[in-house]
Amino acid sequence: MAQDQQHMTNNFPGQIHETPGGGIVLSKLDDVINWARSNSLWPLTFATSCCGIEMMAVASAKYDFSRFGFEVARASPRQADVIIIAGTIVNKMAPVLKRLYDQMADPKYVIAMGACAISGGPFFYNTYSVVKGADHVIPVDVYVAGCPPRPEALLHALISLQQKIKMGMTREQIKEGV
Amino acid sequence: MVEELGTTTEGDLIINVGPQHPATHGVLHLVITLNGETIKKVEPHLGYIHRSIEKMCESLTYRQFIYVTSRMDYLSAHINNHACALCVEKGMQIEVPERAQVIRVLMDELTRIASHELWWGAMAMDLGAFTPFFHAFRERETINDIMEETCGARLTMNYMVPGGVMADLHPDFQKRVKAFISLYRSKIKEYDEMLTGNIIFQNRMKGVGYLSPEDAISYGCSGPAARGSGVSCDIRKLYPYEVYNKVQFEEVLETAGDSFARYMVRIREMNQSVSIIEQLIDNIPEGDYQAKTKAVLKLPKGEFYTRVETARGELGVYIVSEGATTPYRIKFRSPGFSNLSALDHMARGSKLGDLVAMMGTLDLVIPDIDR
Repeated sequence: MAQDQQHMTNNFPGQIHETPGGGIVLSKLDDVINWARSNSLWPLTFATSCCGIEMMAVASAKYDFSRFGFEVARASPRQADVIIIAGTIVNKMAPVLKRLYDQMADPKYVIAMGACAISGGPFFYNTYSVVKGADHVIPVDVYVAGCPPRPEALLHALISLQQKIKMGMTREQIKEGV
Repeated sequence: MVEELGTTTEGDLIINVGPQHPATHGVLHLVITLNGETIKKVEPHLGYIHRSIEKMCESLTYRQFIYVTSRMDYLSAHINNHACALCVEKGMQIEVPERAQVIRVLMDELTRIASHELWWGAMAMDLGAFTPFFHAFRERETINDIMEETCGARLTMNYMVPGGVMADLHPDFQKRVKAFISLYRSKIKEYDEMLTGNIIFQNRMKGVGYLSPEDAISYGCSGPAARGSGVSCDIRKLYPYEVYNKVQFEEVLETAGDSFARYMVRIREMNQSVSIIEQLIDNIPEGDYQAKTKAVLKLPKGEFYTRVETARGELGVYIVSEGATTPYRIKFRSPGFSNLSALDHMARGSKLGDLVAMMGTLDLVIPDIDR
């Protein structure tokens, strides 16, 4: 648990040993890579509906996700690291989402933003065309509740994803609670 | 160029724009036939965000179905709810208190400003100017905060209910709206200085995407897309609802019919919305914010149609009732669908790079088109 606490902070993962005339940094290469990776996540501009507007609000000056290294929103999946599923996924869109995910280079992460992407949300009952949760199509790392979520909630999700990356574990390891 | 537009011949290049493309503002899929760089045909493919809202409404009661309509045209959520509430009230013959009517109009106009703000920022971003996006969102956030105080939500409000509005105004509402509009006119001037007068921007907009008044009518265009061609179609003027016949405002018309005309209509409409708010904000009558209605609404057997002016054009709600607690059939006449149908006609013969300017000034919201 103490190690988990260390991942909550954004400090450089390592120890500085003072020596005469300078210092030596001791760290694990994996930790350094994860630390660097978590602070420059480029999101894909993937918005299908209402949540996309809140995603734009997070990109704008008041909430500003560039404070956490997310500002380089890419339109091409080949340049993106994280896909924020902002909006409902319907049956016709599901193959497109899968294809976008497959086109992204590893390591890649997924945030399901809003009730629709989590479970179908308000469109769970009585519809014939909505996918009941984006995790039926691609694996999801972080879920954000809300319809649409507040910008602060999305920021919290982005920070949660950073912590997850800093822990350096795979999805399966986290699920098993290793 | 001797080849006929609208046909595909050997050697033509066919490209797909979307469904994942930032300029489509969502998940629109365009199949474009090109001869060199000249557009011969644009074929929109829909359904990537078809959520079967009309079918859902058939299994929801008249109080419940309004929340789904906020998700249709989420940039004018208030106005969508307003249209549905009006249609149910027409069927039930509910008299809405005057206070509720004024609140509704105020909220509608604030929504219209917020929607045009987002359009302005996003359209400029599509054309390669990034700064307007941040300026537009600064003002939009102020409106969102005002909405949030009263309605509890930033985007999907569900504030209008049959018989009035869901809750009374927040005590700070008048103060905050006044503070906003006193600043806002200067902001519109700032927008003009930043973008409207820019010569590069004007060159990309003027003469691009011409739509004649006859075509605008025959394609069923409405809202700023038709008013940019000089077609008078503002529902607030032609078929006034609520207190629109008691306030002074002009219907904004431009005659050029190109992208720049549609752009100017929206910019001038923001000014008109501010003037409507100015007239009403000090004159909110006292009284109930909601009429007394039965807990369970049952519309009499028959067909009911109402229409309102959203930020994109005419939204019609058509309810067929069999006398039950749920509608038998609901049809929405969404403004985006008709406006999109004119895109092919506008784009033929122009260059590929201009397509973004045309789509930007049509101001499409895809969930509104697919529903």
